[in-house]
Amino acid sequence: MPSFGTADEGLEIVTAPRLQLEHITKRYGTLLANDDVSLVVQPGEIHSVLGENGAGKSTLMKIIYGAVRPDAGVIRWNGEPVQIRNPHQARELGIAMVFQHFSLFDTLTVAENVWLGLSSRVGLKAVTESMQRKADEYGLELDPKRPVHTLSVGERQRVEIVRALLTSPQLLILDEPTSVLTPQAVDRLFVTLRQLAATGCSILYISHKLDEIRTLCHQCTALRAGRVTGTCDPMQETTTSLSRLMIGIAPPKLIHREPQPGALALRVRELTLPRHDRFGVNLERISLDVHEGEIVGIAGVSGNGQQELLAALSGEDPRPDPDAVELFGTGIGRMTAGGRRRHGLHFVPEERLGRGAVPTLSLALNLLLTRRESLRALGWIDRGALRRQTAGILDRFRVKASGPAAVAKSLSGGNLQKYIVGREIDAVPRMLIVAQPTWGVDVGAAAQIRAELIALRDSGCAVLVVSEELEELFEVTDRLYVISKGRLSPPIATSAASRELIGEWMSGLWPAEPEAAVGEAG
Amino acid sequence: MIELEPRPVPSLQMSVLSPLVALVITVGLAGLLFAALGKDPARGLAVFLIEPFNGTRALTELALKATPLILISLGLSLCYRSNVWNIGAEGQYLLGAIAGGWLALFVTDEAIGIHRWAFFPLVTVAGALGGALWAGIVAFLRDRFHASEILVSLMLVYVANLLLSYLVFGPWKDPHGFNFPQTVNFAPQTELPRLLPGMRVHFGFLLALATAGAMWAFMFRMHRGIQLQVGGPAPAAARYAGFSSRSALWTTLLLSGGLAGVAGAFEVAGPMGQLTPYVASGYGFTAIIVAFVGRLHPLGCVLASVLLSMFLIGGELAQSRVGLPSALSGVFQGVLLFSLLACDTFILFRLRWRRSA
Repeated sequence: MPSFGTADEGLEIVTAPRLQLEHITKRYGTLLANDDVSLVVQPGEIHSVLGENGAGKSTLMKIIYGAVRPDAGVIRWNGEPVQIRNPHQARELGIAMVFQHFSLFDTLTVAENVWLGLSSRVGLKAVTESMQRKADEYGLELDPKRPVHTLSVGERQRVEIVRALLTSPQLLILDEPTSVLTPQAVDRLFVTLRQLAATGCSILYISHKLDEIRTLCHQCTALRAGRVTGTCDPMQETTTSLSRLMIGIAPPKLIHREPQPGALALRVRELTLPRHDRFGVNLERISLDVHEGEIVGIAGVSGNGQQELLAALSGEDPRPDPDAVELFGTGIGRMTAGGRRRHGLHFVPEERLGRGAVPTLSLALNLLLTRRESLRALGWIDRGALRRQTAGILDRFRVKASGPAAVAKSLSGGNLQKYIVGREIDAVPRMLIVAQPTWGVDVGAAAQIRAELIALRDSGCAVLVVSEELEELFEVTDRLYVISKGRLSPPIATSAASRELIGEWMSGLWPAEPEAAVGEAG
Repeated sequence: MIELEPRPVPSLQMSVLSPLVALVITVGLAGLLFAALGKDPARGLAVFLIEPFNGTRALTELALKATPLILISLGLSLCYRSNVWNIGAEGQYLLGAIAGGWLALFVTDEAIGIHRWAFFPLVTVAGALGGALWAGIVAFLRDRFHASEILVSLMLVYVANLLLSYLVFGPWKDPHGFNFPQTVNFAPQTELPRLLPGMRVHFGFLLALATAGAMWAFMFRMHRGIQLQVGGPAPAAARYAGFSSRSALWTTLLLSGGLAGVAGAFEVAGPMGQLTPYVASGYGFTAIIVAFVGRLHPLGCVLASVLLSMFLIGGELAQSRVGLPSALSGVFQGVLLFSLLACDTFILFRLRWRRSA
């Protein structure tokens, strides 16, 4: 693929490190985002950068990618000192990045998006073809002709990865790349990354999944509060020692007690819904039970009907037959989200900004999306009460924000997620549905959110978790369903399930007779 | 090379400064335009910027002109914050005027003895109903058939205009009016109570100010107001919260239509005292500019209404005192809006000098 640049340059014998950061410092006001950070990445090395939200990983990556300029320090690229002024220049040097939040235009197709991002003059058709080739080469399922707005988060990430691979980079930066892939796809991605590294491409791998870092990475640099707290060979470390390097203490252990399932909370029977648009997924005869006092999980690769099912359960799509969805015996299929909330059903959506929270409104006003405690007669807002209530949630769920007046988009992803989860848990729901509870959230916050879900379950709430992270489902759920192509598998007790089995079910291969695999709930 | 660079956070400073900078640009261009037309710029600007504020009469006239602008722009601000693009306030204003005129004619024709303080609330309600009815058509077509509210509301302006013409050329024409297209002069007790003896400004001005206060409370202190404003920037969040977009559509259109209708009714029951084809004065369109110059904020709407009234009065004065075409005030309105839109770029972006790569 000569049109996409410099694949072979990595094979040249270069003695200098691919990338060398020396004493990088970046200050935002009074906040030291990066404080004297040094880092060396060798050619062909998979180098992990480890750190909690707010540790300064993103700032550091933005500096390498030219989106932010450091206040002090030197960047050496293949031994030469360089000033990376903008992402365009970074790409010309051979640096590609896959962001955690995607930069895609919703109204364009996958291929058009990638085509627009290219600086060289290549036809759309050629781009489509080379994308397809790259996608096939690395086992990434992708239809270049689909409009981006119809893609799920997982699929969008696939687009970003293929887009980055197209430029045949010398350094690839990946920000939390595996959070939405099936175990099999993660394994395939790792094969891809090792394959890339073997050709001399260096990889900067940002992740909080310590297991992954230990299996994949050659080197690891840990950041805490903007400073380097250590470098190590992750293959020689344990998860506990890595975690200590990152957060200073060992991660809190989840205390998992036996579930005490109570009454039937959510009952879905034979829910069939035609898709909204032609790239959606038809839901076919979905049946699902969630009892009080248990956490039920739905596993599956993104884009298999999760969005459609969640919208039908939350009330954002009020088309189901009234009795196809029952909450504590009441048919709620036609109720709006607000109506269902009054019946005790709360929901944490996958998208935090724009759905779970209005980006431009303060955290206090965002509370009013789902909470009404601070409203007085005629809907008058008691601002003092609203502020106290918000401050209470920020405090209880340890959300890092300047206060209730902070606008939602000023929070980091993890902190906003803690706020939204906190807002819904604080409402004392009878039934809570959570989509991707810890997507892109660091270890400390993820552990906290999972512990909160389990505490909620133990208090008698019914919890449904839809997640594309298998580890998480195995950690918190009591029973599992798997969704594939709009159909739902029979349930299985989590303790009776294995990664391999669920991975197989994710491809739609579950036993036809429900009784055959049912792990009984209680 | 100059480049636009996105700001990390939108500049609050710029969002306040932007209307002021736009005003400065407009005044500068106005001066150049006067010079190009062979008039003394200082004299021309004085007519626009100083005369409208000079003396009690001038100030009351300013308040009189600002009254419909405040009322209409308040409703439009709520619409635009909710992503409902009602640009046909002029039509809703006309229907309010027709409804108010009908009520005044009824009182006049039947020789009903009514106190003007009793007529004031009646004509307000009549105007509100008239305007809300007209905006209700827009809401219905949008809700039922997904018709673009932009087009429908705009086209209904022309329908309203023709309806008014039909009435004053036809059934409502003054039989003793020498065939002029106008109704009879309304009975004296239908005139809005005046604020100051001898001045045309009426109690509607105070009502407009009170409405601004109420709108502020509604937008920022009431749950319903917040709900409406979620649908604009984040429709998915509104669905998630269970805030109905249909209800937002109806609420904002009926409210803004009602307020525009009240403005129309005040105009005929206030300074005009009869219905003529000249009720259509463009307030409904000027109010769009007011809403944006006022940052879609009730307080801003009041200030911007005064500013745009200044341009309207200045235009009339420029014609009579300096001999400039009155169309100038329209030109300045346009320049002001476009300067504002240009300046608004700098809320989200900043300029950066860069050596070309």
